[in-house]
Amino acid sequence: MIHRIIGRLDIKGPNLVKGIHLEGLRVLGKPEEFAKYYYENGIDELIYIDVVASLFGRNSLEEIITKTAREIFIPLTVGGGLRTIDDIRSVLRAGADKVSLNTAAINNPQIIKEASRIFGSSTITVTIEAIKQKDGSYLAFTDNGREHTGVEVLGWAKKAEQLGAGEILLTSIDKDGTGEGFDLELTKMISKNVSIPVIASGGAGKKEDVYKAISNGGADAVALASLLHYNYLKTHKDRENGEEGNTEFLKSGQSFSKVEVTSIEKIKNYLQEENIDCRN
Amino acid sequence: MSKNKVVIIDYQMSNLYSVKHACDFVGLDAVISSDKSDLEDAQMAILPGVGAFGDAMENLQKLNLITSIKSFIDRGKPFLGVCLGLQLLFSESEEFGAYKGLNVIKGKVVKFPSLNKNNQAVKVPQIGWNKIYHSKSEEAWKDSYLEGLSNNEFMYFVHSYYVVPEDPKLVASYTNYEGIEYCSSVKAKNIFAAQFHPEKSGPKGLMIYQNFANSLK
Repeated sequence: MIHRIIGRLDIKGPNLVKGIHLEGLRVLGKPEEFAKYYYENGIDELIYIDVVASLFGRNSLEEIITKTAREIFIPLTVGGGLRTIDDIRSVLRAGADKVSLNTAAINNPQIIKEASRIFGSSTITVTIEAIKQKDGSYLAFTDNGREHTGVEVLGWAKKAEQLGAGEILLTSIDKDGTGEGFDLELTKMISKNVSIPVIASGGAGKKEDVYKAISNGGADAVALASLLHYNYLKTHKDRENGEEGNTEFLKSGQSFSKVEVTSIEKIKNYLQEENIDCRN
Repeated sequence: MSKNKVVIIDYQMSNLYSVKHACDFVGLDAVISSDKSDLEDAQMAILPGVGAFGDAMENLQKLNLITSIKSFIDRGKPFLGVCLGLQLLFSESEEFGAYKGLNVIKGKVVKFPSLNKNNQAVKVPQIGWNKIYHSKSEEAWKDSYLEGLSNNEFMYFVHSYYVVPEDPKLVASYTNYEGIEYCSSVKAKNIFAAQFHPEKSGPKGLMIYQNFANSLK
């Protein structure tokens, strides 16, 4: 099994953003620019998530998808605010290879079945945003952790697989943006109990975290955001910051102390030293 | 008609836009079409596809494309098959029962077993990057659009089934997934067809499209 390192880009309007626990979003720059850099530096796949789309029931990603698809020739998954089969079709037409569904799938699980029949299972990723409860159980949330659904995560993952999902993008909201490492208990619980690939997301702060998600958590693939984005900013200090929105962080010229200085190459080299197979 | 008119055969089974983008990138003038007259006029053709074998054959039948594809191939023009577009060229598939394919290449399409030789569970579909390598005789590899790529190059795969050609000399590359070695691309006269997605395999994958484009010059 060749493990995949995936770049996850959360997008708000025209901007790449990153928050902590999916909240308090900072503008980091233009998603196309980051995506191209990751592509040229050996990322295996990309995931774009429109983080506000499901709040307003709209989708502003298509232009960014098309720009990306013309220059970047690796798989691109797109999610956020996709409600219907037509929504899925339109992002695939814009240039996405796969879609990820969360809110729509929770509200109507049959859409997984329908979409995987029409577009093929491998095109349909189900996103699960999990928050650990006081009693130790995990519940699924939607709208970036704002909406409580009461759906228990393990049962939901199994059901998603049964309905035809091709992969599961498993985000720990508790760990997202913290750099504290992945929620290994959550990752293990899901990867052990489904036979489709599980992508661990949320919490990577150093290369050892990536290793642990695969070796201890059993993840087939790992999605990285802060760990990649803040390193990109560090190595590209002279870039223009013309973006709108919450650009305070960019203007301040600060670095983000919660992630180590690294690169995609260093992460992959480390994994290979630890006998984890990945593309070099 | 421009010099490099490529028809990307649309039979409503897949996302064809990434194939189109790859063609654009290497300067091929490509159109997405399910019209058989476009295929008759084309200088090159691509048969892409993701999804179920049976549905695909049914769609090709409905669109009246089966004879057109076969006669296009018979005319000796450059033909590229990708993923399901490789499998459809074969005689038959065991997917959900048995289906007849285009039968351009003798052989069958079989599913990955759920256990490998060492009784380890095999995750199906295979989704992700894997290496392609040639046999001791590099003949088919060198004679195909893989020419110029180094042995053990990584390509991107998404599939549950793989092809078994009757004639092993047609195998341009092999791949090993969880201990199962299988044919990951074939070269048969003017046909090159790959189980992996060159258009999703980064700059190395684009080299295959570049070789395809160069084959007309």
